[in-house]
Amino acid sequence: MDYYKRKLIVEGIAFWTFRSLSFIVIGILFSILGFIIYKGSSVISWEFITEMPKDGMTKGGIYPAIIGTLCLIGGSIIFAFPIGVMSAIYSNEYTKHGYFRSFIQLMTSNLAGIPSIVFGLFGMALFVNQLGFGDSILAGSLTLGLLVLPIVIRTTEEALKAVDDNFRQASFALGATKLQTIHRVTLPIALPNILTGLILSIGRVSGETAPILFTVAAYFLPKLPTSIFDQVMALPYHLYVISTSGTNINDSRAMAYGTALVLILIVLILNLTASIVRRYLSKKNNIN
Amino acid sequence: MTEIYPHKIESKDVNLYYENFHALKGISMSVEKNTVCALIGPSGCGKSTFLRLFNRMNDLIDGVKIEGKCLIDGKNIYSKEVKIDELRKRVGMVFQKPNPFPKSIFENVAYGLRVNGISHKTLIEERVERSLKQAALWEEVKDKLKKSAMQLSGGQQQRLCIARALAIEPSVVLMDEPASALDPISTSKIEELIYELKSQYTIIIVTHNMQQAGRVSDSTAFFYMGELIEYDLTKKLFTNPSDTRTQDYITGRFG
Repeated sequence: MDYYKRKLIVEGIAFWTFRSLSFIVIGILFSILGFIIYKGSSVISWEFITEMPKDGMTKGGIYPAIIGTLCLIGGSIIFAFPIGVMSAIYSNEYTKHGYFRSFIQLMTSNLAGIPSIVFGLFGMALFVNQLGFGDSILAGSLTLGLLVLPIVIRTTEEALKAVDDNFRQASFALGATKLQTIHRVTLPIALPNILTGLILSIGRVSGETAPILFTVAAYFLPKLPTSIFDQVMALPYHLYVISTSGTNINDSRAMAYGTALVLILIVLILNLTASIVRRYLSKKNNIN
Repeated sequence: MTEIYPHKIESKDVNLYYENFHALKGISMSVEKNTVCALIGPSGCGKSTFLRLFNRMNDLIDGVKIEGKCLIDGKNIYSKEVKIDELRKRVGMVFQKPNPFPKSIFENVAYGLRVNGISHKTLIEERVERSLKQAALWEEVKDKLKKSAMQLSGGQQQRLCIARALAIEPSVVLMDEPASALDPISTSKIEELIYELKSQYTIIIVTHNMQQAGRVSDSTAFFYMGELIEYDLTKKLFTNPSDTRTQDYITGRFG
């Protein structure tokens, strides 16, 4: 076979391998979504998302679990976001290139690699027992916050790194201090990308079960929290409960799919909102 | 202070090292008030590094060591009493690549004022207008001050950067190849501007373009391999250089 023909065939095989694999991935994603929507949509109703669970969680709604998950998302973001962004600013803008910076970044990566159940255990030991918060929104939010901290730090670092150094130099050359430069130039430019970290963390927080298992999640609690020291139900844990240890698993099966669908929708809506804000900010910066 | 110093800007036996690399070797030269000094030489000769001594931008780079004295109005800007942000207020800089902030045209020019604690609204408006006029940009942008600076053309962006530098009323303006990223028409506008600004500012300009150095400057310094080979009046240096390396460079034999 001549050389050019062989080259063409190899190119073709490579192209179709890459293409079919990526299609398979998309296919898997859509079948999961489709399956959940197919199974769950019949359960979804106004009653389902606004009422308390009834009859051993085989009837009624999942309202407290939705509120619980939203509380945990909010609580962990309030905790993780400022701390994560500030420590990323420190490591990227203040430390010099070298061992110390590499050490900070290595530690961050290690933190990201710790299994979430370990975070749960740590959260229980520190927040629930040692600090005496008990099983509470506070303890759960702090534990989830620790879990997403590395994501926030890493994406913020990447966002800051992507800011053209020319902007910083221009600012310094006009007599601005480091803090003024960060506040007025670097952060606004990096903000759209930092929001990516926020989006990722929301997805992570809303889906995690292990960290909330020992720190906040209630098996069955048909009322809304009144303070940050209350326990709450949460969607992923509720899903686990009604699929494995409910009073009547067969009857609550449909409820489980409905819960899964709501969980996916919450993440989807929050992601969408964050994307819109992100796009708006990018447009305002108008860098490209 | 009524004392009159002989030179506006002066460097005395300045050595600069990047880690182990000796980038500037014993540079001594001076620039007079209200003149334009051009720094020429092949890439990597140290001319930009030398320029950045005077607003201490080299301090931002890790591993830089500087020896010797840099004086502005007779005062050593590397002495401990000098505050860097105060210094940079007196010494403006225009960069090679136009780098307006992703903010409005108005906010770009106002930036230096705001970070230096000026918040009086009418004062800022006056200064912005005056600086844009000085930079010969006012007529083109006066109706769209609230628009993003990123929408301007490259040449306009560079004049905006000049206006931004002028707004904080420096007495020295450093320009690092300010026209190298621009088309010929924008370049000639910048050159005219430099010529006009000379009456109020002392300007040092790094350029790769020998004609440009000849057109805009009063004195020219030729750098080669971290050394100052020759420094003279521009007319003299371009017509009758005393060093053969200068001769070779300006006639295009290397670099």
